[in-house]
Amino acid sequence: MPIDLYRIDDRLIHGQVVVGWGQPLDIGFIVLVDDEVAKSEWEQELYRMGVPPDMEVFFHSVDDAAEQHATYQAHTAAGILLTGDIDSMARFVAAAGQVPAVNLGGIHHRVGRTQRMRYVFLTPAEEQALRALASRGVTITAQDVPAARPVALADVLAGQADA
Amino acid sequence: MTSSAVRAVVAGHGDFAHGVISAAAQITGRGEVFSGMSNRGLGPDEIERELRTRLDESGARVIFTDLPGGSATIAARRVLRDRPELVLVTGANLAVLLDFACHEELGAGAAARHAAEKGRESVTVFGAPSAD
Repeated sequence: MPIDLYRIDDRLIHGQVVVGWGQPLDIGFIVLVDDEVAKSEWEQELYRMGVPPDMEVFFHSVDDAAEQHATYQAHTAAGILLTGDIDSMARFVAAAGQVPAVNLGGIHHRVGRTQRMRYVFLTPAEEQALRALASRGVTITAQDVPAARPVALADVLAGQADA
Repeated sequence: MTSSAVRAVVAGHGDFAHGVISAAAQITGRGEVFSGMSNRGLGPDEIERELRTRLDESGARVIFTDLPGGSATIAARRVLRDRPELVLVTGANLAVLLDFACHEELGAGAAARHAAEKGRESVTVFGAPSAD
């Protein structure tokens, strides 16, 4: 069973991911891809606490996740792959390939970022990175929860969403 | 520390904090012991910063959050890492806040633990046939 959702969300594992997406997609595992979290037992324990006992969590650096991608795609349960920023997802896609779509779930305010949607703020460099990802054939939409309307990248960048 | 009446920060999704504090205030008249905040529209750094600000300004030593794995709880655990004197109660509900508000004679930590127990006891199921 493939990974059903590739999501960029700076909160990583939290309610929207575990409950909002996890329940309707009947998720059995989460792959958390973050170079810093992959090096920290404390951070991993922090995120593991937010996941129900019947859901597995795997922690990887970007490079390790790309190497393991085929394994997770062959997993018997459905899964979600998470990164906390655009750069990590872009590096993952470049190394792993075969990612059909990326979900923008939460990229919040930070100095240098401009608001594009209620939950999407981007620097010029991040905007370029998303355009480059789309040019590889990856469909990019913003959608915080399943019940929300997916917003195409062009509309996000044009500010024609909910902001 | 300040002389604020606030003894706990309540943090969670949407209007959870303001709703549950409003209910506690209606029942006990002691809504001022809580400071409520939402994670709505905030990134992880902003949630943590807001939590720290409210704790610093009020002198509160207790944090109540809604979901054990929610972003407010994650932020609160980061705060606790360098402030071990704080107490975090996750999965908070109205019964938790009522009990906490009514036990000012206890220290903050003891009141939080007592309230957590009350909250656990308050969750009951009536009338659900076991064969469902």
